[in-house]
This record gives sequence, C-alpha cells and structure tokens, in this order.
Amino acid sequence: MAGSAYFPHTGDDIRKMLERIGVRSLDDLYSDVPADFIYNKEYELPDALSEQEVRNFFDELGKKNTSLKVFVGQGAYDHYVPSVIPYITSRSEFLTAYTPYQCEISQGTLRYIFEWQSMVCRLTGMDVSNASMYDGPSAAAEALRMAVACTRKRNKVVVSTKLMQNVLDVVKTYLKYPDIEVVYAWDVLEELGPDVAGVIVPSICRHGVIQDLGGIADAVHAAGALLIEYCDPSALAVLKTPAEWGADIAVGDGQSLGIPLCYGGPYVGFLACKSEYMRKLPGRIVGQATDKDGKRCFVLTLQAREQHIRREKATSNICSNQSLMALWVTVYLSLMGPEGLRKVNELSCAGAHYLYEELLKTGRFEEAFPGRPFLKEFCLKPLVPVAVLQQKLLDAGFFGALELDGYVTFCVTEKRTKEEIDALVAVVKEIAL
Amino acid sequence: MSKILDELLYSESHEWVKVDGNIAIIGVSDFAQEEMGDITYVDAPAEGDTVAKGEDFGALESVKASSELYSPVSGNVVAVNEELEDKPELINEDPYGAWIIKVEMSDKSELDTLLSAAAYAEIAQ
Amino acid sequence: MRYYDKLIFELSHPGRTGYSLPSVQQYPFFAEKCSSGVAVDAAVPANLLRKSKLELPEVSEVDVVRHYTNLSQMNFGVDTGFYPLGSCTMKYNPKINEEIANHPAFAGLHPLQPAETVKGAQAVIDGLDAALAAITGMKHFTFLPCAGAHGELTGLMLMREYHMARNDSARVKVIVPDSAHGTNPASAAVCGLQIVEVKSGADGLVDVEALKPLLGPDVAGIMMTNPNTLGLFERQIGEIARLVHECGGLLYYDGANMNPLLGKVRPGDMGFDIMHLNLHKTFSTPHGGGGPGSGPVGVGERVLPYLRIPQTSGFHGNFGVMLRAYAYILMLGKQNVKMAGPLATLSANYIKESLKDCYKLPIPTVCKHEFVFDGLINDGAREGKTGATTLDVAKRLLDYGFHAPTIYFPLLFHQALMIEPTETESLETLDEFIAVMKKIAAEAAEDPDILHGAPHNAPIGRPDETAAARNPILKA
Repeated sequence: MAGSAYFPHTGDDIRKMLERIGVRSLDDLYSDVPADFIYNKEYELPDALSEQEVRNFFDELGKKNTSLKVFVGQGAYDHYVPSVIPYITSRSEFLTAYTPYQCEISQGTLRYIFEWQSMVCRLTGMDVSNASMYDGPSAAAEALRMAVACTRKRNKVVVSTKLMQNVLDVVKTYLKYPDIEVVYAWDVLEELGPDVAGVIVPSICRHGVIQDLGGIADAVHAAGALLIEYCDPSALAVLKTPAEWGADIAVGDGQSLGIPLCYGGPYVGFLACKSEYMRKLPGRIVGQATDKDGKRCFVLTLQAREQHIRREKATSNICSNQSLMALWVTVYLSLMGPEGLRKVNELSCAGAHYLYEELLKTGRFEEAFPGRPFLKEFCLKPLVPVAVLQQKLLDAGFFGALELDGYVTFCVTEKRTKEEIDALVAVVKEIAL
Repeated sequence: MSKILDELLYSESHEWVKVDGNIAIIGVSDFAQEEMGDITYVDAPAEGDTVAKGEDFGALESVKASSELYSPVSGNVVAVNEELEDKPELINEDPYGAWIIKVEMSDKSELDTLLSAAAYAEIAQ
Repeated sequence: MRYYDKLIFELSHPGRTGYSLPSVQQYPFFAEKCSSGVAVDAAVPANLLRKSKLELPEVSEVDVVRHYTNLSQMNFGVDTGFYPLGSCTMKYNPKINEEIANHPAFAGLHPLQPAETVKGAQAVIDGLDAALAAITGMKHFTFLPCAGAHGELTGLMLMREYHMARNDSARVKVIVPDSAHGTNPASAAVCGLQIVEVKSGADGLVDVEALKPLLGPDVAGIMMTNPNTLGLFERQIGEIARLVHECGGLLYYDGANMNPLLGKVRPGDMGFDIMHLNLHKTFSTPHGGGGPGSGPVGVGERVLPYLRIPQTSGFHGNFGVMLRAYAYILMLGKQNVKMAGPLATLSANYIKESLKDCYKLPIPTVCKHEFVFDGLINDGAREGKTGATTLDVAKRLLDYGFHAPTIYFPLLFHQALMIEPTETESLETLDEFIAVMKKIAAEAAEDPDILHGAPHNAPIGRPDETAAARNPILKA
C-alpha cells in the first residue's frame, strides 16, 4: 500500500489493525479533530524521490558549494578528523539510542559521557563537568546565568568584549529577556562592583592573542564574583588552564577536538566548574554507581536540580546534551592522548607563525599586535584593499583574511601543509600595493 | 500512616515548627519525607539570611524530585543544621529530629496562622 | 548484551599512541628561532603555558576501537529493537540520511565562508524552510535552536520580541497546561516570563472555562502541545486560539507531538503563531544518545519581522541534522508525507486496544501517536507481597528485548506508562510487543517478585541511584 520503504504496513495489515481498533478507516482515527483543521489539499512538497534521486539531488547541491582550503578560525577550526571517529560514532547502538533513561541498557552512552566529563575536567583543571551543552556560545551564556544563581542577591554580569563575536551575540540574546544586567567591557576589572555575580573572559581573545589573566581571578573573587573562562579546549594541552588562572567555571566549544566544520554544526559545548558550584551546574550529569550485585555502573544523577519541581525557578531549561558529539570528542582525545594533542598545537602554532612571518614579508600587511603571543590564529593590518585580497584568495581556492575590527584574521591548523601556506603567500604577493 | 507530633505546629506545605521562646525551629514532616523518598541533598540558606513567611528558603532533593521549602514564619536565620550537608538521610530517618533551620521570628503572631497537629492530620494523607 | 567494565583511562599505558600526524620539521621559521625546536615554547611566554600534566589516556588505535565497540554493545538503539518511548518519537532513522550528512561537499564548509561559496548549503536551508513551512502552515523557520527545549526558549524570545515591539511590556505571563512537558515552564522562567497553569478537565483536555479567567492584558501567550502529552487532540483549539488572540496573546505550539499530525493537520491552520519542531523526532534524524538534535522555530505572519533577532546558537544551527531531515522529507515527498501521521496513529491505537484488558486505561477515547496507561490492572499485590509498579514493568520489558516506554510522565497519573510506537514498526513487531506486555501482566499477577528483580539479563541490574546522588562520583 504505502509507497515508502519506511512504512512497513501492507493493505492487509491496515485492515487488521483498524478492525482491532473498531474503526473503518484511517480517517476515522482523526474524528476528534475538527474538520476545519484537517489538511485535505496536496502539500507543496516535491514528488517523492528514490534513494538514488536523493543522492543525485544532494550531489548537485554540493556542486554549488566551493571547496576551499580553510585559513580562518573564529570559533570553527579545521583540525584533522581521524578516521576512527566517524567509524565509532556511526555505530547504530550509539547513533540511534536516545537519552540513557533506562540505564541498564544504556551503559555504553553513560560510560562515554562519564569519560567525557573526566576528560573535560583533566583539560580544564575543573572538578566537575556536565554531560555537554549545545555549543560553546550557549555554554558561555548558561555559565553567566549559573554565576547569578551561585551568588545570592547579585544580578549583574560583566562580559569581556574580547570574546569572539558569535559568543557575544549568543550571550546578549540569552541575557536580554530575564532580569539580569549585563555590562560589556574591554577591561572587565573596571566594571567590578558589589552587585556583580560573574565575569567572563576568553583565554584567547577574538584577535588570537593569548591572554595574560594574572590577577584577574583575585580581583574578581575579592569583589565576591565568579570568574568564567572561555577557552579553546584543544589549546589547553599547552596553555595555562582555567584552574591555573583561578577561574571558577570553564566553558568553550569542543569542535576543535576532532569535529568537522560542517557549516557550523553540530558542535558541542562544555561547562565545568569547581566542586562548590556542582549543585548549580545546568544540564545532565552522569555519575558512578553500583548495581544491586555490586557491579560498577553509571547513571544520570543529580537530576532533581532543575526542571522537575523547581521548574518555575529554573536557571536553565537545557534537558539534553550533544551526546554523540561528546563521544566524538572523547574518541578524539583517546586517540590523541597528551602527546598527540600537544603535537596538534605544535604543528598549528608552527604553521601559523610561518604564515604570519611570510605574510609580513610580502609587504602587504603590518603587524596588528606586535609582540603579543598567539597560537594558531592571528590578525594583521592589511595594506591592500580587503575585498581584493579576499577575492584573490577565493579565486585561488583559499578561505582566509576574514575581516574583523579593521584587521584581517587568519588561522592555521595541522591540516594545512607548507605547500598550501606557500601557495597562499604567493597569491598575496601578486596583489598590487 | 505518617507520624504527626502533637506538640508541633505545621504549615500546609508540610513544614513543622517547634517554638522555643522567640526562636522557631523548622523541619519537614514525616508525611513530606515519605512523599519525597530518599533525600539526597538539602539546599539550606546561610546563617544571617532573612526568610519571609510563605516564601521559599531552600529545597529538598531526592533521586526523582526536588521540592521547595517554604518558611512558616518570617525572621532571621540564626542556625543551620550542618549535619544535613553530609547526611541528608537524617530527614528520612528522623524527620522531627532533623531540623533544617532555626529562625529568630520578627512577628510571632504569624504562628497563629499555622496548623495544629489535628488540623494538619487532615491534609497529610 | 554483555557487561564490560573498563574505562578508557584504565587501558592507558605510558608511551602508547593512537594518532598519526605529519612531522613538524617542515617549517624553517622555528629552526632558526628556538634551539629546542618546540614552536609553542618559542611562541608563548612561559607564564602563559600549562604547568599541570595532561592526564589523557595513552592507548593505541586498536585499544580505542575495541573499547568503544565494547561500550556500544551495552547500548540499545532503534536499530537494536522496538523503542516505544512515549513523547520521543523513536522512528527508524534511514541510512541514506547519514550518507548525505557526511557528504564532503557539506561537511568541509566553514560556517563563515562567503555566501557565494556556500550556495548549496543555503539551498538546503531554504529548501528545508520551504518544506517545513508547507508541512506546518507557518511562514518561515529559524534553524539556530539545537534541541526542542532550545526551540522553546527561542520561540518564547520571539513572543517577547513581538510584545516588546508593541511596547506592551505588561505581558509577562505565559499560560501552560498542567499536562505540559516539564521543559515548558522552565523555558518560560529562563525567558523571564511567569508561569500560570491551566487545569485539564476529566477528559484530559484543556478546560476552556478554566482558561477564560486567566486571560487578560498581562498574558504574553499560551504554550500548548497538540495532541497533548496524553496523546489526545485538543479539540477546542479553535476556541482557545480565538480567546488568546482576543486578549492580545500569542499561541506557541510545542512540536514534540507533531508526528501524528504529519501529513494531516497544520499548526498554522489551528491558529498557532510560533512553533518548534523536533527534527530528531518527526523528521527521523537519529537521537544520538541524547543529541545532537535540531529544534527549528517557525512563525506566522505577525511574528515574522522578529524571526532573525534571537541568536541562540553560535553559527547556523545543527546543519548536519538539517541535511538528514531534508533528505527524509524528499524521500517522503508529497505522496508519502500524508501517510506518516495516520500510520503512527494507527499503530498507537492498535496497541492501546490490544492491551487495555491488562493495563489501566484512564482515558479510553481514540488517541493520536501515543497514549498513557496507569499501571497494571492486576499488579499481583497480596498478603506479604507488594504489587508490581510501572517501573517494574519497564525493567521487565528490557529482559524481553524491548526498550521501555516513558514512565511516570505525564504526572497526571501515578503509574503513568506512555507508549508511542511510531509509523515505522510492522504489525509483527507490534504483535510481539503486545504479547510480551501481556506476558508481563500475567507474570505480575502470578508473582510480582519476578518483575521486582528485573532486568535479569541486562548488562547490569538496577543501580543504587540514591547512593550515587548522595555521594556523587562524576569523573575518573
């Protein structure tokens, strides 16, 4: 009867089922819906396609995209994705499961989330991590709400304008509607006061400069507020951790840990904190338990904190996580280990500095922040028209020189080869001064 | 049947109050702990906080639920039962022994609005 | 399923590696600049570098593959077996969708690439937008929300934008039925709105007379799920829409229960102004163990001007999930889409009618995609034996190779057991499930202890959740 591979019902099946129910037709099952609301017209959709036709359709759409060598970061980093990751994450037992409500048959999901939480803690130096967030920017916004919940009777947050633009945009959205005052500042310390609940700063600023956060935690704590650090977790293999800087909450996006660019998502946010704030941590959390026979097992725990009864007082409405993307990261970090992740940084850093030097040598740029340290992402001041620069790069198959605050930004990951960098520089050299 | 002590006053939201001079000692009833199941965490205010009658001053958490605690009286929190921090199960074991906070009342007449044991027995079932 | 006890950290052996990366020697720059040859040390001052050791596992590639393969074997997915989890729409996830989502022409796109280089991606977004608009009767969608709850939040922000633009700042209350999903009130609270609950009548539907006194100049809108969480169609929706609009409020449609309406009823036609869809439910994208999902928010004419204002996620939303949903819709096409909702409804009613002699059915009328039992008719309780609960039934189902239904939700019934079979299950699968549910009912009547001890053959038995919550161990 049905012409779709996804509906197993034969005409005979449908007849049998209707008979059991005691109605005559499928339409009778909608007898409770007022006739005005039944949509009897043809849907404005294409005709059903076969699998082959669907594949062709997307092949054709794919051809309308331009495949580029990516030399831009700004929150989405083109790091190498080891082949093991999609192999594991496409296993249907992981892919087609839902939330681990029935823990007895969800130990796979629960265990890898526990591993994810452990790895996030080890990267950031924090005591407790949740099971993941939608993405880094929304995790930052949730962390600010959490800071307000942690500090009684304080209702103001200070947001560093050194954060990347998409983080600022999402934070602004999340805090617009509830009764929380938000102050944006380049220098957050100038805005500290008795009503401030939390302060968020990046570990690497939007221009790629690695921040010296010395003294910030002390000042924030002296004012009675919590310090939130937004970080690139990949870089934490080499950079001072949020815990080492004295932060109370660490957030960021796990995309840089082996998740493909995929036009911006799905990615995965992380949110971790010091143990004293554990009870205010939003989202799911997995904990270790023992079953009735004493076997080690894992369960969703601290569930009652939100939603259930205190729902009108909820500080967050998140009730899922980006589970599969957390697995993606967990597998990546298992493969990389401490040495591999260090080497990713080493390669990215060396490549980025090589590109930086070579671009300066072309005479088409000036330094934007001389002497300021950077890892894989940096800004330069262009001496040639930006539009021309960008177009020449695009024509040669490069995505680079994204305009940002009057500068142009570049990023180099370990995926970029010396040949690619040399080729990009050669294109720049041809632009007339 | 849950236990109800005659000498205590009760709120409709299942808190009990023991009056000691100007101090109100506050906990939750046997009925409340039974409804909650195994208590896993007590979210209590800090000493020095003020509480207002009818407003929440904390929450109890069990595996499946979280329930607000509503203050039966107004005043200043003068003591918090710190033992509950590590042993929330005391509320299950001895609900009338495991007090949560002590409040120095700002308006003792508020006690008149609370329920007697007999009146509370009507709703605690 | 077999119990496997390792954590990846426990396989770690110093010096073992699972990565393969190119050599760092290729850049001349650092060879000159630093004698150690370590780029990071040369580029970054020592006071900005990590001091503590990074304790990640040191394992080989085969260790990783075997470990996660072992973990997967302790998991149950839609591909493993029937998954009648109410309110979650665990339909089959077509495999072509996975192939499309991993297509290199999309997976390699940077989210900030110039528009002229992402015309294909834009066509996907536009095509999906048009398709969802056609299916729902809304005007346009934003794809930024990454989950259903995220969609609710975004949708309520749009509700607020609408009122704010009209300088109607008094509208801070949002009405939510007592049968609503728990996230509705949380979303409203996070959005700075106050929640007002409206009671359901004995028929399980919103009581219009109870609604009337709640409406006024302080009402921002109402959030409704239709069919509601009991699987019942809110047949007064036309009147409710009229009343809410008349008082100046908006109607929000929680799309969690859209599946039975797929191909049959459009929320836009019922008068809803804002809605979210769960692409991971209605549009067959895999749930991934709890995410990533996608919760696009659609709006009607009056909210359209504000659609682009809330930036609730970092780039363009979960694009990979959108690709899957679009592929699914193209496979359905205008012909098959009309069958999805009715077949899902058929399956639910079939199970309901087949089991109502063993399980209490509080609301016997025709249901939509799901329905709720209120526990066993005979739970086996007798002198010296406590009866079997809904939890026990759920755990016993695991022994028979089925996923459990949603339990203890909605809160309206103490022993709620909420079953949603979806349209992708065959009559044989439904009959097997029915037979097992009957067998469990018979077991309970005979000796409820069989159920109390379940599951008997899962990788683990029931855990001590109380101990886990009292003394949380949250990391290795």
